[in-house]
Amino acid sequence: MSKDTQLDLWEVFIQAKVGGNHVHAGSVHASDGKMALQNARDIYTRRNEGSSIWVVPSDCIVASTLSDTEMFFDPSADKIYRHPTFYVLPEGAKQI
Amino acid sequence: MTRQDALFNYVLKLGDQSLVYGHRMSEWCSKAPMLEEDLALTNIALDYIGRARAFLSYAAELEGKSRSEDDLAYKRGEREFYNNLMVELPIGDFAFTMARQFLLSSYEYFLFTGLAQSKDEKLAAIANKVIKEVRYHWTHSRDWLMRLGLGTSVSHEKLQRAIDELWIYTDELFETGPEDQLLKSAGIVFNMDEIKTVWTELVHSILKEIDITIPETTFSQTGSRLGIHTEHLGHLLAEMQYLVRAYPEARW
Repeated sequence: MSKDTQLDLWEVFIQAKVGGNHVHAGSVHASDGKMALQNARDIYTRRNEGSSIWVVPSDCIVASTLSDTEMFFDPSADKIYRHPTFYVLPEGAKQI
Repeated sequence: MTRQDALFNYVLKLGDQSLVYGHRMSEWCSKAPMLEEDLALTNIALDYIGRARAFLSYAAELEGKSRSEDDLAYKRGEREFYNNLMVELPIGDFAFTMARQFLLSSYEYFLFTGLAQSKDEKLAAIANKVIKEVRYHWTHSRDWLMRLGLGTSVSHEKLQRAIDELWIYTDELFETGPEDQLLKSAGIVFNMDEIKTVWTELVHSILKEIDITIPETTFSQTGSRLGIHTEHLGHLLAEMQYLVRAYPEARW
């Protein structure tokens, strides 16, 4: 792959509605945080998708690696008792 | 001239300004230095096209001669357009584009802040909506001016050249004619001298911060109030109006 010559890479997180989660939307190129915010605004919110934006330099993200996958995630596959499905939900509680 | 005619002319001029500049900016599509900026510039272009629709449809309504916004946009010749000369100039390089955007957005910020208080309710409503876009365009172009002005010697030189080329077109933004007096006394438009004062102050302070010199020339280009334009507008209109003129009944 050829080297990326278009400034630094930033990850973009968009919050659709006030109070909701910021969800990863994609990435943008930018030389600083201000430019990253504006580029994210222009690319990911132009059809009214957003109410707030976070941008984070991509190299600040610490990610799990493929070789860790088994060690990290397989042990939780058969722990059915960790799912809160054995409780009776209080009436009116929609999200637990 | 009645006040209604004067208002029609004024709103038409605002529409022409947005339409011609929006078309000009759309020429950046697929040509910007990077993908992100390509979208930013075409977003700006679309903001202006949207604004042109608002002003031209209001102008059509004021005229009351059953011409539509499309008739006004596509079926008038060069001499019947009243946009300022600055907005019809070719896109130039990126520094030129950003310098023009900054000068223009600074002007629009004060202009539309004033018009948001207009006694004409519809004009005030459009201005109120537009001002949000203008603030974004201003911020975007101001940030680029900072980067170019304080960047390398090449970027600084390109920005200086852009300001040198644009400066003779700035005065025309503030010109008024006798018909504007009618609107001013009715509280529909406001004093352009005051807008020029705050604009000058703002532009000077930003350019000083990035060590860009303002040309000393006192000469300024003029003509748009009479429909007299640079050689560039005709070419722009030829491209913009070609389809409608060649196929008048075309629908898409």
